[in-house]
Amino acid sequence: MSWFDKLKVKTGLGPKIAKPEIIWIECKGCGEQLYIAEVEKNLKVCPNCDYHFRADARERISYLINPGTFVEHDGDLTSKDPLKFKDKKKYKERLRATFKKGYSHDALISGSGVLGDHPVEISVFEFKFMGGSMGSVVGEKITRCVERAIKNNNPVIVVSCSGGARMQEGILSLMQMAKTSSALKKLSDHKLPYISILTDPTTGGVSASFAMLGDVIFAEPGALIGFAGPRVIEQTINEKLPEGFQRSEFLVDHGLIDNVVHRRDMKKTLNNLLSMLANKPILKTVETHD
Amino acid sequence: MALENQIQDLVSLSHMYDSVGDITHEISKLKKKLRRMKHEVFLNLKGWQKTQVARHSDRPYTLDYIQRIFTDFQELHGDRRGGYGPSMVGGLAKFDDQSVMVIGHQKGREPAEKIRRNFGMSQPAGYRKALRLMKLAEKFDVPIITLIDTPGAYPGIDAEEKGQSEAIATNMFSMIDIKVPIIVVVIGEGGSGGALAIGVGDRVMMLEHSVYSVISPEGCASILWDDKEKVKQAAEALCMTATHLLEMKVIDEIIREPLGGAHRNHKQAAVSLRKALRANLKTLIHQSSEELIEKRYEKFRSMGAFSTEEG
Repeated sequence: MSWFDKLKVKTGLGPKIAKPEIIWIECKGCGEQLYIAEVEKNLKVCPNCDYHFRADARERISYLINPGTFVEHDGDLTSKDPLKFKDKKKYKERLRATFKKGYSHDALISGSGVLGDHPVEISVFEFKFMGGSMGSVVGEKITRCVERAIKNNNPVIVVSCSGGARMQEGILSLMQMAKTSSALKKLSDHKLPYISILTDPTTGGVSASFAMLGDVIFAEPGALIGFAGPRVIEQTINEKLPEGFQRSEFLVDHGLIDNVVHRRDMKKTLNNLLSMLANKPILKTVETHD
Repeated sequence: MALENQIQDLVSLSHMYDSVGDITHEISKLKKKLRRMKHEVFLNLKGWQKTQVARHSDRPYTLDYIQRIFTDFQELHGDRRGGYGPSMVGGLAKFDDQSVMVIGHQKGREPAEKIRRNFGMSQPAGYRKALRLMKLAEKFDVPIITLIDTPGAYPGIDAEEKGQSEAIATNMFSMIDIKVPIIVVVIGEGGSGGALAIGVGDRVMMLEHSVYSVISPEGCASILWDDKEKVKQAAEALCMTATHLLEMKVIDEIIREPLGGAHRNHKQAAVSLRKALRANLKTLIHQSSEELIEKRYEKFRSMGAFSTEEG
């Protein structure tokens, strides 16, 4: 459970008893005390400094997809624990514990919906499900999302929020990188747009596959994005990392992504972009001219 | 641990015999026994022991195999984007009478060479060089052979600045529909995304004592056990040996190594690898580009384990 949810429970925004005296949270960006309801209303962005709090997959879908248009797909896919993996805890138990918290769809929710004027296929990561890690289910859902886009002649949107490949499924998790990247090659051959949105964090095997393959790549402000995690890099090179290293703005400066886009502006930015890239509205325009 | 000690004992024993020489009947009897024991021990190596064998500094590296298996090797350098990529080598060569493009991670054996090769951990330039060479091979209808031997892609400031993630992703994205045959062999360490970046092919094979994993046992131990010492448990849990990967259908074939591992006999290891390459190349070169690409796509498309029951 993240600190945000703990607070929700404490403050009565969750299922437990209300304690009206703590309805404030401290912003990680500016240190300001914020009224939780106001932050929620502001798409989980600090009204004071624009710090982007992490959002759940369903919340993100509501930020991007027109109300009432989202249809979820492949929600019944679950992991088979192919390695019978056990560290300090069994992988099966970790999965069960996450299900109990109400996150039953593995680390990704996928479906079809309408974004502004455009029908799209969309996949959104659920960070609260084992750090948004990618195992067989995530890889399969993204691949099917892309295949659906080809079938329906729709663009693909993926919102990444993940620490990388899921260790508990070993090599099969790694292979999801090849699987999803291959599917995107097919999408590309069909000349259908793929827009990748990176949020905090997008690292490891997710970053090193579909997340970095977008025709256009946008990131939310201040998100950690990179192949290796900062701790691993620090240990390898034995020096402190520069300020702002691997943050969204750093990636723009190094020519690695297209832009940093505020959560508030994401939907209209994507709608605008799709109006220039996606086939369907263009055909409509041609018809009216005729 | 017991097995490891046993191996150590066997190794020192065998050195002793080497210096005395094979002169008495007694010694030859003992040697036979030693062979038999070694055979059994190496047949039953566990994940962490395999990892150590796969990392052995006397193990043949990419250039060692190139020298023994191919002729007329013409090394080609650079990614044409400002990078050299010393941890990745590649070039055109003759295999029997067939032109091939050979590409592989390269580790160093001596300290200076180890540093120059960045311990086999590629920068983005290495992956981009590899892809450039694959495109070159495609253009001239030359089959591709890649040899994997890396702890992983390099985790460093410059690597991140130059787009390590993008380089790896673009390689997988592009390899899936290269029009010529691609044969992939893990010869030592198959370290995560850094390995897979040259690992998408029509046939994927592993040498008997090589390993291939989503994360190193050290990395896994420190994240999941919070204890760097738990490498053995991690290596075991990750199921990273060739036998495991064959069971999971991630690889197609295991290439046998000489007794005691490839580092004991480079020549024999090369013979073994050559045989496997020849057999696979023979079937692949007769397939059309369309057939190759379709099957390659299906191969990777079908990887994964999930069910549709509610958790």
